[in-house]
This record gives sequence, C-alpha cells and structure tokens, in this order.
Amino acid sequence: MAKKEMPTALQVENVKKNFVLPHERVRSVKGAFTGIVRRKQRRTVEVQHALREIDFSVKEGEFFGILGRNGSGKSTLLKIIAGIYTPTKGKVSVKGKLVPFIELGVGFNPELTGRENVYLNGALLGFSRAEIDKQYKSIVEFAELEAFMDQKLKNYSSGMQVRLAFSVAIKAEADILLVDEVLAVGDADFQRKCFQYFRALKKNNKTVIFVTHDMNAVREYCDRAILINEGVITHQGDANKVANEYLRLFNPAEATKNDTKQKQNSDRWGNGTVKFTKITAKAKEDHIEVVTAMKAERDHDDIVVGFRVKNSAGKTITGANTLRGQKHYRIALKAGEKRELRWKVPNIFGNDMFTIDATIRLSDGVTFCDNWDNAAQFDVAREENTPYSIVPDVPFTEGA
Amino acid sequence: MFAVLYVVFVKFFKLGADVPHFAVYLLTGLVFWNFFAEITNIGVGAIVDKGDLLRKINFPKYVVIISTAVSALVNLLLNFVVVITFAIWSGVDFSWDALYLVPLLVIELFVVAIAVSLLLSAVYVRIRDVNYIWEVFMQVFFYATPVVYPLSMVTDKWPWLAKLMLINPVAQVIQDIRHVLVTPQTVTVWNYVGGIKALVPVLIVVGLFTFAVMFFKKRAPYFAEEV
Repeated sequence: MAKKEMPTALQVENVKKNFVLPHERVRSVKGAFTGIVRRKQRRTVEVQHALREIDFSVKEGEFFGILGRNGSGKSTLLKIIAGIYTPTKGKVSVKGKLVPFIELGVGFNPELTGRENVYLNGALLGFSRAEIDKQYKSIVEFAELEAFMDQKLKNYSSGMQVRLAFSVAIKAEADILLVDEVLAVGDADFQRKCFQYFRALKKNNKTVIFVTHDMNAVREYCDRAILINEGVITHQGDANKVANEYLRLFNPAEATKNDTKQKQNSDRWGNGTVKFTKITAKAKEDHIEVVTAMKAERDHDDIVVGFRVKNSAGKTITGANTLRGQKHYRIALKAGEKRELRWKVPNIFGNDMFTIDATIRLSDGVTFCDNWDNAAQFDVAREENTPYSIVPDVPFTEGA
Repeated sequence: MFAVLYVVFVKFFKLGADVPHFAVYLLTGLVFWNFFAEITNIGVGAIVDKGDLLRKINFPKYVVIISTAVSALVNLLLNFVVVITFAIWSGVDFSWDALYLVPLLVIELFVVAIAVSLLLSAVYVRIRDVNYIWEVFMQVFFYATPVVYPLSMVTDKWPWLAKLMLINPVAQVIQDIRHVLVTPQTVTVWNYVGGIKALVPVLIVVGLFTFAVMFFKKRAPYFAEEV
C-alpha cells in the first residue's frame, strides 16, 4: 500500500500523564482553617500514572484504532489528543483541523430547535457559521431529520438527538476525527451508514481515530491499531493482529494468573447429582476440541450432556448435545462413575474469543444436574487476511 | 432596589441634600455598581459551571468569562437608557465630554470586572468556597465604594479616607461618570487628588488585569481535570 508516503497527520511523542490524587485535599478556605487543628495527620498524595511513554503516529487518510480494556487510559489519551487535558510530559502535534467526538452533542440545548443546535454544536466544535451553512443540508439529510429541524430538541427522541449530534460531527469538514465508542448508539442501519461514511472519508485523505471495544469493527475498518494496557502501548501495528492481542487479554488460558477472576465469571447451578469435573476447549486448525469430563454422585440411566458456544459479545453462535444430531446417545452412569466426552466442533468461527456454557440435564428436559456458564474459553485467531472462515467448495452454477 | 434605597437614604437619612439631582446621582452609581457586581458574581462560578463542557471539548477558556461579561454589558446598555431618560426628565445638563468619556470609563470598569472574574474563577476551580467569600466581600465593598452616599460626606470629615477610597478603580469610575453625566460638583480622583497620583487607580487596573491574565493562562490547561 502507498500509505508509507502519506504525511503524518498526528504525532504523539512520548506522552505521559499523571493524575495527582490527594487523599485529603484542602478544597476550601474554611477547610484550610480547620486543617490547622488537624495538622498532625499527614497529607498523603497518590500519583496515578494514567499514561506512560505513549508514542505513535497516524498517517493522513488512515483509519486508526485505539484499543484497551476499561481503565487502561484510552480515554485519557483521547482527551490529550483533543487538547482537553495537558500531558505531564511529551508532545502531541496535530496537522489540520481536529474534531473530537468524545461525547455526543456537546452543548446541545434542549430548549433550542434542531436547526439552532446544529449551529451551536458546530460552533463548539470550532466551525464558523459559514462553514456550517455550507454543510447544513447534508447534515440534516444524513441524520434523516428533515421534518424535525424546527422542533425543539427536547421533543426529539434520544435516537434522533444522537443522530443529529453524530451528523454534525462527521459532516463538518474536519481533517481528523476522534471517535470514542459512540457508534454503539443508533440503530444498525445508522451504524452501517456511519461506517460507510468513514470509508468515504478515507478516500478524501481524512483521518479517523477510533476507540472501541467492538473488535469486528476494528478488524473491518481500521488499517492500524494500538493496544493500551495499564498506560503503556503493548502492541501496535496491523489492526487484525492487535485485535487478537486485545482478545487475548481476556483469555485465561494465556493469563493463568487471572484464575480467580475466571472463577468469579463462571456461574454454576444445578442439583449436583452429576457434576462436571473438567471442561476444556482448544482451537485446532480445522476444528475445536471440547472435552467435557463429569462424575456422577447418584445412579442415572439417561442424562443429556450439551454445550453452547458464545462469541465475545455473548451471543450464542452454535451448540451441540448428546440428544440431537446423531441418534439419541444414551449415557448411563453409576454413582461415583466418571465419564469423559470429546467433541470435535468444525472450526466455522471467525476471529473472536468464544466461551462455552455446558449443561448436564436429565432426559426429561427440565431437571438440570449441572449448568456451568463460561466454563471454558477458546479463541480463534486466523493469521490470513480473512478474519472469517471460508466455506470450501460452495457449489455454484453459471447462468446468463 | 433603586426606589427603596432612594427612600431610605434620601428621605430618611437626608443624604445628598447638597448634591443636585441626587436621585440621578444615586441611580447612576447603582447601575454601574450592579454592572460590576453582575460580572464578578457570575464570573466566579463561570468556569466551574461550564465544567461539563470543559471536560468534553477544548476551547479557549477565557471565552466563558467574556461571554458572561458581554451579557452583563448588554444589561448595562439597557439600564443606561433608563438612566439617561431619568436624567433628562430631571433636567440634568450633560457635559458633551460624556460622549467619549463614558464609553472609556465603561471599558475601564469592564476590564476591572473581567480581571477579577478571571482570577476568582481560576481560584474557584480549586477552592470551592471562594464564591461565598466573594459575596461577603462584595457587601463590604458596596459600602466602601461611594454608591449610595456622596463622597463629599467623607471628604468633610476624613480627607485621607476619601483619598484612599478613590484608589479603588470602581469608585474612581463611578465618580468620574457622575462627574460628566450628573454634576461637575462630584468629587473625583482628578479634582480631589490630582497630579500623577491620580493615575494610581488606572495603574491598578492595568496591573490587576495583567496579573489576572497571566494567572488564568497558567491555570487554564488544568481546568478540565480539576473541575
């Protein structure tokens, strides 16, 4: 790609940000007086290193992702780029006009009409009346609110407000757009429209910096990304790889020290007459190997073992059990007997992190012996350029 | 407010009997005092009140102060129309110098008020009871400034005190405006102190403003995280 020759749009050099959090701080003159009496207590100060040595650059026309868990310093970084916070050390240089989009509809006033709010919001984002005049029509069109522009904002639905706010921010002619997890709002149709618009921006050499938890969006739209963890960039480069690293942060197989945390996440219930002793899941080249081991506490002559596979968003993708698919596979157990089932799930999964909920129940369909949510995890990370699986040999016919 | 003050101070205490058109004199003082009070009282909390905005978007912070001040300026303009109407009705003869002197003096008062607002609002971000302190201070300041009584009452008994009071730029401006607008008998820093010393209030304004701007500029980058 010709990206290398593009001039730098944003340069973040060695940025460091500390927040000083005093445990007891004099916030008033009155407090200062009473403080004299209580002087003996030591004033302690805690320095929180929100960001340390953040160093990266974004080229013009790039779609750049910033990833990280909650509290990793993403938003602080974004605020520093937007100039809201001043870095303790280091420098941020921006070429061109930067529009921060950290919260929707900054300064929207519910008492004003939609039209007035467009101008107000535009002014806050740093655009002149004339600039908004030029864009006004397309802003309203994009928000699909032509009929409502002369109504007061307080009569808008929240979705309408969000659409209007978003339209102002992206339609206003900016060179760099900072977007912070705001796409989660709006219906699916509107979200798609936004991403399409971002793609179009790319052609015009506009830069988009994008903070999100939605790995699919990152994989699809971002050229490059960085991953921030505890205030440091741990990975940077190709968006796909960084997205995988992000998912790995949550994968207990990689981070065994988080064992206790995993136990908290998992949720078990059931009458306990048969119990899972071990559940593992491992992603192989062409299949996922799931092992479910169990032990009976009482005699059972017909139990059903099954599991569901959920993606990182918690949506069930697929599942399997001993009842369906093959013919009814009867499992009978004596008290104290152990049994292990090995499943081979074809790897039809796209890049993501998956969790498994496993269940043992009686064939009556209502008595649950053991239900174990989030019992095991596996993650699919395809190295190729296609982050999804390709169905081989799909039949097709030719026709005119 | 004006009516009550007028009745209490003029009719009960017989203030300003020796000042011609004392009603206009009083009204002029009040209007300009209120202008100063409005800017600074709102100005103290201006930055903190806009905290939500500051945390989301980057813009020159002084805009917040200027915007409150300008809205007060509009109010002043409206009030000033009342003063002029009242003055004409009372048969005051203006000096033609008022045409350029009054705007100049308003600018001076405007600058003082902004300087005070800049300082207080920046301090208020960190120390949250400054607004109460300022409220009390303003009450004291109201009586320390010759608003409801003519300064001539002070000059009779304690000339040194009158001079001290005229150092206050707000007093200086109010007296000057009365001088050109109501009656040339008004005691001003120019005719009472005179000479090079008369420049002290103006120098205070310049000094205060410079300091306030520097202080505000230094603190402004940290408003967003401290608010």
